[in-house]
Amino acid sequence: MTGKLKSSQPSAVNWTRKDLIAIQDLSPEEITFVLDTAAAFKQVSAREIKKVPSLRGKTLVNFFVEPSTRTRTSFELAAFRLSADVVNISASTSSLSKGETLKDTALNLQALHADIIVLRHSSAGAPLFLSQRLAASVINAGDGAHEHPTQALLDLFTIRERLGRIAGLHVAIVGDILFSRVARSDIFALLKLGARVTLVGPSTLVPREFEKLGVHVTHDIDSILPEVDVVNLLRIQHERQRKEYFPSLGEYTAFFGLTRERAARLKPGALIMHPGPINRGVEIDSEIADSTRSVILDQVTNGLAVRMAVLYLCAGAASIEHAL
Amino acid sequence: MPNLLLRHGRIIDPANRRDETADLAIVDGRIAAMIPAGGVFEEIDCRGLVVAPGLIDLHVHFREPGQSAKETIATGARAAAAGGFTSVVCMPNTLPAVDTPSVVSWIREKAEREACVNVFTTGAITKGIAGEELAPIGSMARAGIVALTDDGHCVQNHELMRRALEYARMFQLPVLDHCQDYALVGKGVMHEGYWSTLLGLPGWPSAGEEMIVMRNILLAGLCETPIHCQHLSSGDSVRLIRDARARGIPISAEVCPHHIALSDDSLQGYDTNFKMNPPLRTRADIDALIQGIADGVVTILASDHAPHCAYEKEVEFDMAPFGIVGLETELGLFLDILVHKSRAIDLPRLIALLTIEPARLLRLDRGTLSPGAPADVTIIDPDLEWTVDAATFQSRSTNTPFHGRELKGRAVRTIVAGKTVWP
Repeated sequence: MTGKLKSSQPSAVNWTRKDLIAIQDLSPEEITFVLDTAAAFKQVSAREIKKVPSLRGKTLVNFFVEPSTRTRTSFELAAFRLSADVVNISASTSSLSKGETLKDTALNLQALHADIIVLRHSSAGAPLFLSQRLAASVINAGDGAHEHPTQALLDLFTIRERLGRIAGLHVAIVGDILFSRVARSDIFALLKLGARVTLVGPSTLVPREFEKLGVHVTHDIDSILPEVDVVNLLRIQHERQRKEYFPSLGEYTAFFGLTRERAARLKPGALIMHPGPINRGVEIDSEIADSTRSVILDQVTNGLAVRMAVLYLCAGAASIEHAL
Repeated sequence: MPNLLLRHGRIIDPANRRDETADLAIVDGRIAAMIPAGGVFEEIDCRGLVVAPGLIDLHVHFREPGQSAKETIATGARAAAAGGFTSVVCMPNTLPAVDTPSVVSWIREKAEREACVNVFTTGAITKGIAGEELAPIGSMARAGIVALTDDGHCVQNHELMRRALEYARMFQLPVLDHCQDYALVGKGVMHEGYWSTLLGLPGWPSAGEEMIVMRNILLAGLCETPIHCQHLSSGDSVRLIRDARARGIPISAEVCPHHIALSDDSLQGYDTNFKMNPPLRTRADIDALIQGIADGVVTILASDHAPHCAYEKEVEFDMAPFGIVGLETELGLFLDILVHKSRAIDLPRLIALLTIEPARLLRLDRGTLSPGAPADVTIIDPDLEWTVDAATFQSRSTNTPFHGRELKGRAVRTIVAGKTVWP
């Protein structure tokens, strides 16, 4: 980092991870340290010259086996702002479509001296698998229904920025929890930093097993809204394979959508979040999504800062590890 | 081939209710009734060791024809010998599947030439193991299969399964079933529960097995024809089978070592050597399986030896093939867990579960030390402490979750028809 980034005082944590695979791996101190580092980086994006030389000469590969626009662009911009060189690879443009294994594709990237591989993959565990086999940093940009750690970090960053703390807050996560990596990473991160978490959604998509993680489960959104400080709405999908989980988007909205009436029941100052992309009129009323209580676009902005922090920290740890 | 005299061993022959320290003579490849006066023998000191009928594993995948990079009949047989097994029964999910008499003959002839243990084969219930129409069961019976199964797959059509049972009865062919309800299991890759929830891996619920176990109980009752449920993983499957057997339904079951040695929390590192079908379940399931073994509900133990190449397993978890090698760790795990640690059963019962019980189910002329029987003998040191080292496996594959595990008890010599095949 440059000398101009001293306004925030990052807590004293010796960051030694070359990879970011799962929030579950992180200590509360490490999470706070990433958030503090992100706070410093957030200032960079507000400058006239939005670039620092921290990762100059480093090569980052955005390896997105599963399609994504938002997360990939966010990582790409984060890398540009840190002066890294960036290559984007998707499943269709990689040799995976020719039957090459994930391991071989990754070893080839390493042979090209990639320093950081940002992996989005439909298989849970794929980033861990790569991190165990590569000297390069591996950053999980979402693996199956497992974790999406940078999303949780940007969610916490946004909550902390708006409400000043995480500990003691009550956060509702609403929607398809079963298939959501965002939900899992958010749950782990929020619990580690001392928040209360309530999961809300159809009983088919919020299995009781989640209660063993120390969260509360309810299927009655109306009862919970007046109590929460944050409501985080997950994107609802209703493709062909999900038809056995709930009957229709209309019924979903009737029971779980954040309608105007429901939003009115929220505490003053409560935040409305969504990892995007939003379905207007399904999980969230269109006007509510655009209201002042919605921090959905702040999440996007903060995602950039959080990803800069993660890339900076992990690449630094990898360099040290390599030098040793 | 020299005649053998096994001296001072503890002879355990459950078929004959024999458990005594004595000498055992092998003459011309068969168990001798007495030690012939003036005979010339190679003597083997068996003091402190157990002399048992050659062990039988009725559930192995030897991958030939078609997938000899994973295993061959020859290497699989060596793995069996190293694990103390003198007879194995191959599953039919090869390439092509064992669904015609010509594939049956090919396997039997290859085994005759290349295998150091007795290799029996099953045949598929349905053509191509596709679950749609009956395979030529009668012709395969004539060619020498010892049982029917679609293992690796499961006939979902209950009417077809019913007719298969009725048809197989004509040939006295036992029917074995891999119990998996496809709709309930879907794309599941591990036990559905706390750990699948945490790891975000698609769940394979216990009910997906129990549904078909129940189906099999109903069909076995309807057709008055036995069904054997393969590799039970769920505690409730044991309870269903216990109740059915108490009512006289001809249903039986087997349990594999990994399902009592490991639970679903082992999946935390997404290591594909812990991925098998059915999956590892919970501590409560393990306890129920062991209880089922102890009280006689589960009558057979088997490995489900399922070799895969390292490169095939070294992929994303949900893309990796199911299964682990098992023949070379099986006896050690069963001795360690069932006899030494949980004391669920004693040594004679363990040997029965690995010899006369599978022999009876499949009507094999094996599994005893009766005078005149083929001299298949396994010499076991039940107290030998050893550490599993996959690098020493005789199998062509090393996909095991047990590398480095410390075990108590193993086979120290394996004899097939009077000839020592291991070590």
